[in-house]
Amino acid sequence: MPDAAQKVSIQLRVNGKLHSREVEPRLLLVEFLREDLELTGTHIGCDTTYCGACTVLMNGAAVKSCTVFAVQADGAEITTVEGLEKDGELHPIQKAFGDCYGLQCGYCTPGLMLSALQLLKDNSNPNQKQIRKAIAGNTCRCTGYQNILKAIDTAAAAMRSAGHGD
Amino acid sequence: MYPRAFTYHRAGSLKEAVTMLSQLGEGAKLLAGGQSLIPLMKLRFANPVHLVDLNFISGTSCVREQDGALHFGSLTRHAEIEKSTSAARVPILRDCAAGIADVQVRNRGTIGGSLAEADPSSDWATVLLTLSCEVRCAGISGERSLKLSEFLKDAYTTALAHDELVSEIVVKVPPESSGGAYIAFKRTAPVYPTASAAVQLSLEGDRCTEAAITLGCVGLLPIRVLEGEAALRGQKITPKLIESAADAARVAADPQSDMRGSAEYKRQLVGALVKRATEAALQRARGQQVEVSHIYA
Repeated sequence: MPDAAQKVSIQLRVNGKLHSREVEPRLLLVEFLREDLELTGTHIGCDTTYCGACTVLMNGAAVKSCTVFAVQADGAEITTVEGLEKDGELHPIQKAFGDCYGLQCGYCTPGLMLSALQLLKDNSNPNQKQIRKAIAGNTCRCTGYQNILKAIDTAAAAMRSAGHGD
Repeated sequence: MYPRAFTYHRAGSLKEAVTMLSQLGEGAKLLAGGQSLIPLMKLRFANPVHLVDLNFISGTSCVREQDGALHFGSLTRHAEIEKSTSAARVPILRDCAAGIADVQVRNRGTIGGSLAEADPSSDWATVLLTLSCEVRCAGISGERSLKLSEFLKDAYTTALAHDELVSEIVVKVPPESSGGAYIAFKRTAPVYPTASAAVQLSLEGDRCTEAAITLGCVGLLPIRVLEGEAALRGQKITPKLIESAADAARVAADPQSDMRGSAEYKRQLVGALVKRATEAALQRARGQQVEVSHIYA
């Protein structure tokens, strides 16, 4: 029988802030972020590694946080949608999603923005094909994607002209 | 969704992981990238009592070249292989790594985990069977090396003993005059392919000296198309010969009807994929740079 009472100590940095917690091993990273840290910007969609609504960056790499245990994020740096805004200024990706109408209901948006962030960190001037490939793991059921593609393209241009490091 | 409760163990080395498996018994499972295991646990199809986490072991996520072979640490993520300049020397490996699911899954999923799971729909086994590939397995009493074809036993079944793990995957770099390509047909990125085909050809001038054709998702294991390979071997490859290799693939396939398509549909599909993959492999064997990508419905 498993040790049902087992708790594991983890320490991780979320949006720059250090958190130490005792967690059950089966606690998923997305639940940890939403329930323990009350960062509810990260959404749960399909809960089966398909839709990408729960996408966050883990040590700079986009992951589906419904498919990572919180214990695996021990020692990691996590970025969620709440970490995009700096000093009351929207991140260029957030601004572009608004300006380009890259969202309707908004459910998939946090995940899409984090996937876009990973893309633009690695490639400041992606072409259409590269943008499409980068968001292939994020499902949107409202927009038909065209405005999302426009938003990422617009954000890339804005970040290039601002010399954005992140 | 929550998995059943389990006890978590974090291995500091592969050796420690093997010891843990041996002490904890049959209820223990290894956690590599987790991109198949965690969903299976959440759906309660898999209910391990103990989980041994391999992700904190250093040095297991790497690609290195040694003596004409690529050595992949068992926890090398698909994304690392996609970006690896060493792996780029064998284009079929890049086709595979860059086409698995989506960015998020490729950032976590591992080559060792994929082979050890032996899902009939997984990409790596299909691709690696066209190359000379050995799977290094580590157990309590030491290491052994198996050819991939000996390692894979059945759907979700490998030669691994309960207290053994995959420590390394060794792939011989094919000669300059060899080229390969892997093409899958998928409904969307995050799902498994409906069918896939991997082809690796070696040329001597115009003549094909070696051919390997493997089909994915159309049987309990990846299927070698031996008759198709024989049709190409020793010949100058013509469109007509490629057509006969595709015909042989349709005959060799053993698909099942499911939500991805009927058996007959998959049989036709896999023939078309063999044709396209053979054409791309041939161009690459001739030294041309060809971009290959999966086909999305």
